Amino acid sequence: MGQTLLQIEDLHTQFFTSRGVVRAVDGVSLHIDAGETLGVVGESGCGKTITALSVLRLVPEPGKITSGRILFRGRDVTKMEDEEIRDFRGSDVAMIFQDPMTSLNPVTKVGFQIEEAMTAHNRFSASLAKTRVVELLKRVRVPAAETRVKDYPHQFSGGMRQRAMIAMGLANEPSLLIADEPTTALDVTVQAQIIQLMKQLNRELGTAMMLITHNMALVASLCQRVVVMYAGRIVEEGPVEQIFRSPQHPYTWSLLRSVPRVDEARKDRLVSIRGLPPDLTNPPPGCKFHPRCPFVVDRCRVEEPSLGEVALNQVARCWVLMRNVKEEDVAAAKASALSIEAAQKLKADAEAAAAEVDSVAGS
Amino acid sequence: MATAIGLAGQVDWDVPEQTGLWKDAWVRFRRNRLAVAGLVVIVLMIVLALGARLPTAPGGLWRILHLTNEPFLQDVTNSYATPSLQHPLGTDILGRDQLSRILYGASISLTIGIVVQFLILGIGGSIGMAAGYFGGWIDNLLMRFTDIMYAFPDLLLVLVFVAAFGPSFWSIFIALGLVYWVGLARLVRGQVLSIKEKEYVEAAIMTGTSPLKLIVKHLVPNSLGPVIVTLTFGIPAAIFTEAALSFLGIGIRPPEPSWGVMIEDGYAGIFADPRQVIFPGIAVALTMLSFTFVGDGLRDALDPRMRR
Amino acid sequence: MSVTAGAPFRRGAPSFLSWIPTGRGTTLTIYIVKRLLWMIPVLFFVIVITFVLMHLAPGSPWDREGRQLSPQVVENLNIKYGLDKPLWQQFVIYVWGVIHFDFGDSLRQPGQHVSDLILVSWPYTFTLGAVTFILLVPIGIGLGVIAALRQNSLVDYTALGLATAAASTPNFVVGIFLIIIFALGMNKLTGGTFYFPTGGMPSPFNPFQVELIMPVITLGALPTAYIARLTRSSTLDTLRQDFVRTAWAKGLKARLVVVRHVLKNSLIPVVTALGPTFAFLITGSFITETLFSIPGIGRTFVSSIAARDYTVILGTTILFALLIALVNLVVDVLYVFIDPRVRLTE
Repeated sequence: MGQTLLQIEDLHTQFFTSRGVVRAVDGVSLHIDAGETLGVVGESGCGKTITALSVLRLVPEPGKITSGRILFRGRDVTKMEDEEIRDFRGSDVAMIFQDPMTSLNPVTKVGFQIEEAMTAHNRFSASLAKTRVVELLKRVRVPAAETRVKDYPHQFSGGMRQRAMIAMGLANEPSLLIADEPTTALDVTVQAQIIQLMKQLNRELGTAMMLITHNMALVASLCQRVVVMYAGRIVEEGPVEQIFRSPQHPYTWSLLRSVPRVDEARKDRLVSIRGLPPDLTNPPPGCKFHPRCPFVVDRCRVEEPSLGEVALNQVARCWVLMRNVKEEDVAAAKASALSIEAAQKLKADAEAAAAEVDSVAGS
Repeated sequence: MATAIGLAGQVDWDVPEQTGLWKDAWVRFRRNRLAVAGLVVIVLMIVLALGARLPTAPGGLWRILHLTNEPFLQDVTNSYATPSLQHPLGTDILGRDQLSRILYGASISLTIGIVVQFLILGIGGSIGMAAGYFGGWIDNLLMRFTDIMYAFPDLLLVLVFVAAFGPSFWSIFIALGLVYWVGLARLVRGQVLSIKEKEYVEAAIMTGTSPLKLIVKHLVPNSLGPVIVTLTFGIPAAIFTEAALSFLGIGIRPPEPSWGVMIEDGYAGIFADPRQVIFPGIAVALTMLSFTFVGDGLRDALDPRMRR
Repeated sequence: MSVTAGAPFRRGAPSFLSWIPTGRGTTLTIYIVKRLLWMIPVLFFVIVITFVLMHLAPGSPWDREGRQLSPQVVENLNIKYGLDKPLWQQFVIYVWGVIHFDFGDSLRQPGQHVSDLILVSWPYTFTLGAVTFILLVPIGIGLGVIAALRQNSLVDYTALGLATAAASTPNFVVGIFLIIIFALGMNKLTGGTFYFPTGGMPSPFNPFQVELIMPVITLGALPTAYIARLTRSSTLDTLRQDFVRTAWAKGLKARLVVVRHVLKNSLIPVVTALGPTFAFLITGSFITETLFSIPGIGRTFVSSIAARDYTVILGTTILFALLIALVNLVVDVLYVFIDPRVRLTE
């Protein structure tokens, strides 16, 4: 492992709404090494996006980083002056957003939007920036890059726009690229292309990547390490292979069960996580996952576990741990799982509810 | 939104309390202090305007209270009187009591402003429904006609209508209805079109069921909010138009004390006594402002997408 | 033919004009030609509606307050101005005249051509309207942008409060209050040495005369408030867009984020509002010119309505309708250049 690039220590980001304080990020600590790819997973509304936005100090009103440190190469982002944070954004850490359809300015040429990412910082001269735009678009495999720089976003397809967003993110050769659900808004074949592209770029350029997603399959194909978040907290963290092989937190287990796997005969029904993520203005006592946990014990309802080492490099926040759950209980949990249709409906409901929380938080 | 999950397989939801749309809207409306203030002013004004017309005699309530005279009673010996207990807002050039004239004028302005909205709803609603429902040439005709209507500024067209019907309360009333229905018709048309595209309506059409009932059933709850908001914003516009017409000498004619008439009269004698225009001017502005606040409040309360 | 994307007020030419061929590059020209052609039926129906309404009206141009003209005189006048002919004949004659730019003679001002009356009064209205428009657009946009960027600050509340008050105070009330304060009040206060003049507009072409100050405020208050409110809400909407977050994430300077990304988008709907604003300036001129005794077209129109001067009413109405149609066309064409997403499509 290389040197530590980003170190988040006990980060708290809260939204002060009329309904109360939403603890969107509640004591998150994580780190990313240079060149490493870290996955941050969880359902919508679990705080992963807000964690990422906190790193760039772009948390929307009425949100605020209330405590904690975000150290980038030893500099604390939370204490930077206005000009310092401006120059930090996009040059040291760049971010790619979820929806390429809305993340580009519709009335400005794509090429210029990439170019201005460079002219905002002093790394490239104005004339070099111009030629680099074409290079960057070529690098992200936009065909006919020379002519497409003069196009407007609406003349690009969704996949091409996301490529342009990635090109913009790479423009200043940042040491960390944060990608927030970079493929969610794209259709499946395009998703695969974008994943392929990001993999290649990570290999070629050595850019560290923080991938935010709810999609475990994406993590498996792109990341070395994974952080699982639930209700603003980290519930499990470890190397991807290890977590996939033996998840210890029931939430991680449930997330993994909800991914259809091609290599596995469909003898099990897909497990969907029942219920909705908790209301972050008024989270449940004890373990925040206990109302939805199939393996809940009495202690979970009253006392919140801390992150404890469960294996080499792997930590989990659970009183039970999957390795202690009896076979028949696991089988029962699987058997009681909902049909895919019901599961999908529940998931849609949960996402709608989370989106509502987001919109309240964002307003 | 807290969720409780029962034992394996059994899902228990704390279903959020079903606060109805209207109750919800009322809660949101009440949170808007300006809107509530506007509503209070309007209600007060309606009560006073009714009082001015009741019981039977103009200026009735106030005469009974021995506060003011009738709005038409002249007393030339007492012209341009300064405010007193007998004449709280003074008198005009003919010695007529200003307060009772303003209250009488309120009844004219409020009647025109509010009642005309029903006429607009009738005309605009039915034309919009017809255009949206039948589509085709009827719809095309409506849209072309709207083009022509948009070529006239509102006030110009009302002026021409009123000129054609002769200056009176009723001609203003009808002219307003004939001019301001266009926006509402377009709104209703759009709503009908979007409901028509819904799958259940398409399915009903395919199975031979008359879709009209279905559309009406879905149209009313869907478009009630925007329609109410549009009509509410129409009230200050109508009040303004009446006052402007009367001010220009083309609307309601003296001695009927419409606010516009009072402002016109007062403007003629502005060098003698500016109060003659100040009080009716404030009355018009305050009424329009109150309706605008209520309209803003209703819009935010009824249309969650516009909320903020 | 219609214009697509995010333009709620947009109206295209009707489908019966769609036989006109289109080609790449000439689309805009053809669009403009189609819209100009579509103005012909619109103006025709404007004439029809106004003409019919005017002739429905009770009373006639020969009504006089006090002593009425004798029936013989009225009959002679009717014959002289062709009012004795059947309505449809009068209409055909009128339209025939309009096609030849002949708008007839004024019925109340003997020997005056309608076109001459318009030419004489037009400069007053134009100067007043142009000065107001040139001031109101930047002031309205400026207030709206500042209010939006400082949302929920004192500046925002002040601007919004002023705009709301101005948007719901009738312009004649604004004008009268200005007169009371700045003419009557200042006259009294300074003992008659300094006050704003209320009457007239001595020179029709001079945009810098002191007599214009109060009329311009009277005419401009409401549309300024309208533009300010629209700009504010549109800017607030844009500030919440994803691409603005992208711009911040790039590390752009705040000024560039606002100018290049926020304003470039948020001012697009404001352009659409210029059409209604222009229409408002026309109706506003009726009141403002009457209030300040400015002999412009607005006052000519109002007094001709009161006097049932049919030909003058028709002439000015046609002029207003034509101006509004042209302004709407200019706004729609402008839109194509401002918003790259807008395509003129069949």
